[in-house]
Amino acid sequence: MTQPSAGRSNARRQPENAPRPALSVVEWLKAHPNTIRTAAVIAFFVFWEFAARGMNTLFISYPTAIFRAAWTITESGELPQAFLTSMEPFVLGLAISIIGGVIIGVLIAQFWFIEYTLDPFINALYAVPRIALLPLIMLWAGLDVTGKVAIIVSVAIFPVIINTYSGIKDVRGNLIEIGRAYCATEWQIFTKIVLPAAVPYIMAGIRLAVGLAIIGMIVAEFFTSVSGLGGLIVLYANSFATAKLFVMIIVVGLLGAVLSELVIYIERRFSRWRVSERERY
Amino acid sequence: MSTSVSRVSNLKSGSAISICKTLVQVRDVTKRFRVRSEVGADEKMTALESVSFNIAEGELVSLLGASGCGKTTLLRIVAGLISPDEGNVIVDGAAVRAPRRDLCMVFQSFGLLPWRTVMDNVALPLELDGMARSERETIAQTHIELVGLSRFERHYPHELSGGMQQRVGIARALTRKPLVLLMDEPFAALDAQTRETLQEDFIRIWKDLGTTVIFVTHSIDEALVLSDRIMIFSARPGRLVKVIDPALTKEERVDRDVRSLPEFARHRHEIRQMLRG
Repeated sequence: MTQPSAGRSNARRQPENAPRPALSVVEWLKAHPNTIRTAAVIAFFVFWEFAARGMNTLFISYPTAIFRAAWTITESGELPQAFLTSMEPFVLGLAISIIGGVIIGVLIAQFWFIEYTLDPFINALYAVPRIALLPLIMLWAGLDVTGKVAIIVSVAIFPVIINTYSGIKDVRGNLIEIGRAYCATEWQIFTKIVLPAAVPYIMAGIRLAVGLAIIGMIVAEFFTSVSGLGGLIVLYANSFATAKLFVMIIVVGLLGAVLSELVIYIERRFSRWRVSERERY
Repeated sequence: MSTSVSRVSNLKSGSAISICKTLVQVRDVTKRFRVRSEVGADEKMTALESVSFNIAEGELVSLLGASGCGKTTLLRIVAGLISPDEGNVIVDGAAVRAPRRDLCMVFQSFGLLPWRTVMDNVALPLELDGMARSERETIAQTHIELVGLSRFERHYPHELSGGMQQRVGIARALTRKPLVLLMDEPFAALDAQTRETLQEDFIRIWKDLGTTVIFVTHSIDEALVLSDRIMIFSARPGRLVKVIDPALTKEERVDRDVRSLPEFARHRHEIRQMLRG
């Protein structure tokens, strides 16, 4: 996602209305990478369209068919319904991961007793591939929203815990000493110095959590009550509705891209000081 | 900066007060640190050995010495950040046991909070005191102007040069109107020219405010340019070896090119001999 912006700044460097010698087509293309990118994508779709038309639709679909399928399942309400069904456990699970992760991270970073107590459990849970825990989580939390939320939290909470912890542990001693020298209370040192200093780390943890929560959501829908976006993927795959299957893959991909861009945007706003500090030194 | 000084005329008073009252008493202060020696055993290193001196109200005193002479340790003891093993420090009649609101510190590494604007950094001490926003911003504004940073209130530290950042650090320390301003090599991290400008501006601010200042430095020139008295420390163990009193008078130092005076060269030569010997 950093590429297009690089392209834009290159384009800005090219003076407008500057007389161009004939040989500079190559130069111009070099300065406008988005032209080549767009052309490549269009070429890919055209090739896909015509190459796949002659093949068995059980195994492959082509762009126009996928577009038609997208229209069909949107109009019938299938896709919007599945999307809403998925969002409930997703939003709940992500919220619990973020809030719970920050609270646990803060507690283990601030209180050595809690750290040493929870350490073995967090490490053990983090070490076990979460997919192996799925049957157990389903057994305990059921197949409904609760079960799905539990699965999402089990994958998404760890980066938040770990990043919050290391963010707080990383706060430089001289920042804390400023608080002490100016007679700040322990609570003031935490809220006015330690927590703000850890925000960039916490935001990075949340970005990782969003990506993992989407994976958790799809996996949960594969294995528990088959519903939502993941449910549709299973349904279309089982009924060889390949065009619709492609629609679902694109929808999930878009969801991930939009959400992670959103978090990156928020992250930048919160840690502008840190980015520019890094550039400076 | 001289133009903005006149705007805070209500702060002017120090120059009128006659200097006599003892404000800071450092009494037999000894501090040892546990250090790990090369063979791995714990050893005690004496950072300061029975250091005693008094500072009068309104004085600007420099603690001068090579690195490792314990001058910063002494400043941190006066600030209440660490406690001495023996002896004590009395400021305004009360022993210092912990950081106090009337003792404010300027740090060598500026110590600004990078996510806060100049305004919010300067207002931090008052914010910690629980002062209402409008009230503390009015006071902070006065001090931002005092150090010559008007129009930079909404800038972040990373958008400022090192010299400007330390001006913010000075403004922040002054917002509480401290009895004693503690400065820990505040200009050491700056380039030579910026350092001279800040020294000149700081002495002008100090002349108008009349605050008592303890200034730690390893630069002979800086000590001579700024201080009423210079405490010279030797290293390992840190001892107060000599007090230069007075170095150069206030009149000689303020608003003049003090470096061109013959007394400056003479003192400088003397101190240099002393630090070598």
